[in-house]
Amino acid sequence: METTVEKKYTFKDFASDQEVRWCPGCDDYVILRSMQKALPEMGVKKEDVVFISGIGCSSRFPYYMNTYGMHSIHGRAPGIASGVKLANPDLSVWIITGDGDSMAIGGNHFIHVLRRNIDLNIILFNNEIYGLTKGQFSPTSLVGQKTKSSPYGNTQPPFSPGELAIGAQARFFARIGGNTPKDMTKIFIEAEKFKGTSLIEVLQNCVIFNDGCFTQFTDKKVKADKQLYVEHGKPMIFGQNNDKGLVLNGLKLEVVTIGENGITEDDILVHDAKEQDPTLHQMLVRLEYPLVTGIIRSFDDVTLEERENALTAEVKANSKFSKTDDLFFSGETYEVK
Amino acid sequence: MITAKKNHQPEVLEAVVIRFVGDSGDGMQLTGTQFSDTSAMFGNDIATFPNYPSEIRAPQGSLYGVSGFQVHIGSVEVSTPGDNVDLLVAMNPAGLKTNLHAVKPGHTIIVDTDAFTKKNLEKAQYESNPLEDGSLENYRVIEVAMTSLTKEALKDVEGLDNKSITRSKNMFALGMVYWMYDRSTEHTINFFNKKFKSKPQIIEANTKVLNAGFYFAETLELIPNSYTISPAKMKAGTYRIIMGNTATAWGFLAAAEKSGLELFLGSYPITPATDILHELVKHKHFGVKAFQAEDEIAGITSAIGASFAGDLAITTTSGPGLALKGEALGLAMMLELPLVVVNVQRGGPSTGLPTKTEQSDLLQALYGRNGESPVIVIAASTPSNCFNFAYEAAKLTLEHMTPVILLTDGYIANGSAPWKIKSVSEMPEIKNNIVKEASENWHPYDRDEDTLARNWAIPGTEGLEHRVGGLEKDRVTGNVSYVPDNHEYMTKIRAEKIKRVQNYIPDLETEFADSGDLLVIGWGGTYGSLHSAVKQLNEEGYKNIGFAHFNYINPLPKNTSEVLGKFKKIIVCELNNGQFAKVLRMNLEGFNVLQFNKVQGLPFGNNELIQKFKQLVD
Repeated sequence: METTVEKKYTFKDFASDQEVRWCPGCDDYVILRSMQKALPEMGVKKEDVVFISGIGCSSRFPYYMNTYGMHSIHGRAPGIASGVKLANPDLSVWIITGDGDSMAIGGNHFIHVLRRNIDLNIILFNNEIYGLTKGQFSPTSLVGQKTKSSPYGNTQPPFSPGELAIGAQARFFARIGGNTPKDMTKIFIEAEKFKGTSLIEVLQNCVIFNDGCFTQFTDKKVKADKQLYVEHGKPMIFGQNNDKGLVLNGLKLEVVTIGENGITEDDILVHDAKEQDPTLHQMLVRLEYPLVTGIIRSFDDVTLEERENALTAEVKANSKFSKTDDLFFSGETYEVK
Repeated sequence: MITAKKNHQPEVLEAVVIRFVGDSGDGMQLTGTQFSDTSAMFGNDIATFPNYPSEIRAPQGSLYGVSGFQVHIGSVEVSTPGDNVDLLVAMNPAGLKTNLHAVKPGHTIIVDTDAFTKKNLEKAQYESNPLEDGSLENYRVIEVAMTSLTKEALKDVEGLDNKSITRSKNMFALGMVYWMYDRSTEHTINFFNKKFKSKPQIIEANTKVLNAGFYFAETLELIPNSYTISPAKMKAGTYRIIMGNTATAWGFLAAAEKSGLELFLGSYPITPATDILHELVKHKHFGVKAFQAEDEIAGITSAIGASFAGDLAITTTSGPGLALKGEALGLAMMLELPLVVVNVQRGGPSTGLPTKTEQSDLLQALYGRNGESPVIVIAASTPSNCFNFAYEAAKLTLEHMTPVILLTDGYIANGSAPWKIKSVSEMPEIKNNIVKEASENWHPYDRDEDTLARNWAIPGTEGLEHRVGGLEKDRVTGNVSYVPDNHEYMTKIRAEKIKRVQNYIPDLETEFADSGDLLVIGWGGTYGSLHSAVKQLNEEGYKNIGFAHFNYINPLPKNTSEVLGKFKKIIVCELNNGQFAKVLRMNLEGFNVLQFNKVQGLPFGNNELIQKFKQLVD
């Protein structure tokens, strides 16, 4: 698929003729548009792109993309996408899922697809709520959160998608606010370039059932002070005045101010997304202040297809069977006259 | 190698049933397989039936740890492993206790007397030693100290530990049985040479013990006679012995080659279906992609993905796994993509009897999904025709663009029989519905006029980008549609598509009689038992009993009513509580469908069938 594309696409080429039916103001529109803008930049042919979704608001996504797509069943997109990719490794395959779809009903598939490292991309629309079923708590809802199924407050502690994913061997994990289309587009392109399973968690505001759940980090007024957008090879600095940064204090990350207590820019940790050891990546994922966004982990590793292809080539080279007849008539056969 | 006997003229028999039983670590499966393969190569027709516990190594000597292998060999057509045995080889008291009931009175039992220790007798819950208390007086018991004789035979072989020595006692038993039934040891010695290539002392030990058993039988006065079973009259050709699960796997290999598609298997281990995965995973040289998924659901969903992307996709499972796959199978039906689901049935419900056979997933296969979701259901009926029906399942799914469930069962899946090898060139053509170019006004749900199969546009094809999904689709564009009339139309067209498969499957045939007093009906894996029972009755003069066996369940063959209408009584025999009988009652009007059912995890016995059929016509 990474062959040169003669056609020059624009975002319009990737929009299907179906009317988009998400609630007005939903971040899903931002994700859709960011993807439609990212695709022409990826150098993939339109007919080689496949979107596979599960069930939920997010999972309507494939209907709106003028590519190949499948709106499947709840939680099972990873299995279907894995089959698509293994059947035809030349395709660019994207899984579209939500926090309920991937971490509740599809939890098992979610961890195993990450473990295997097939060259797939997963966009996780995390709105910390069940939207399509009208407002029940999800596996990422906060303790105490009042929802239709937790009127007195949620008592089930949440998963952190990044923590779960990295624990399940994710090689690529990015997190991005649902209101930052430019960064989102960039990250989608990086995810496509990455060989292996990429997981992008989008903090997606649900305007109806969980409005404002990420505002404390994503609101334009506070974003610079509350979010740290990390980039590989760059010091982890944030803040309106670019004067805050992260250092390691023992086994904990600590926020320091450049210029105070003798701290200089040189003291600030430089982000290494490509490090195999996920310890620091996990700490970044877990950090509550600042909220870390951007590509947190991007460790290059062998993909499942590479392993499979190598094995297949080896078996083929050493096999005495090229047609099934060779097999059927091999070994212990006998003649009846 | 011993090929000829001196001073001995064996008595000629038409058929014989032998059962080898012992601890699950005693190598009874290997012993039985060797005997049956040797007999098949000699030219006999054979049918085998392994019967083993679900525990891998159950406590030694226990009643539930007994593993058995039964083989029926004949100079005449053999279609079942047989009910009652002519020879029981019991390697321990537990094996004797659990299998004695199957030995025909007056027939032979060989026991390893070394295993009849106080401890083993207690474990087998014997109050007194059956070899001493007269309880076996109705049988011809041949007592052999097999363990000691094996040790004696191996005393000069160097480099063997005690365990390896004791373990080869099964070969002593096999050697004896080879002598008794006038078989050469050649095949088994060749097997040792191949299997233990890098361990010459193991080859030597096994060969020595096998020969020791053979000579011991020859010189033993306790064995008054030996027997031979002449080669059967079988169609000329090249044969091999094949197990049902292997035949299933190979049927898909053949279909993939014939159709020019790559084979994808998504699967999760489950007894008794796992051997299909084991087999297909070996064949990377044919481009087979076998994916062991994290669960049954991912097994089928990965196959659905592969099918969407243009592979011949299958998933293999057994009853509980089919339950887990239900929702995804409904999706495949809704997407109208090709997919074969193999269900190797076992005893249910729930975990049930994993290593035992049953036919109780029929209604699950037909109806185990939400909504109106018909799929094609077919069933294989013998170990070797698993090949044909796997091939047929692939052909039907590709030509009709709808999932196919192929039912086999533990009995035929683990059983083995001679297979007249089919070359792919002999197999029927397989068409497909792949569309390669966008024509004007193309839609993903455009259908073939005759089959109603939709066209198959595969990702990577320019201009055919489209979306599918589990939501109801507009009949023309394939876009999501909630229009009431459209839903009803699509529901009916999906049903009609299955019904039209009738035009592409063979008519139902009857054997022994086209009309008469009684029609015996079966489906799937009971073919052998039912066929041989009706055949026996026919030979006894019951020309008024016919036999019809179904391989096509949904849709039923077109002429089903016509065939059934020619008989006064109809009895459906199945290893469940009457599921196919229900299906016939639902689909056909005006028939009084009688039932004969057995739900014991075991195949039908000949006698129980004969008795029942006689009762109905006498």
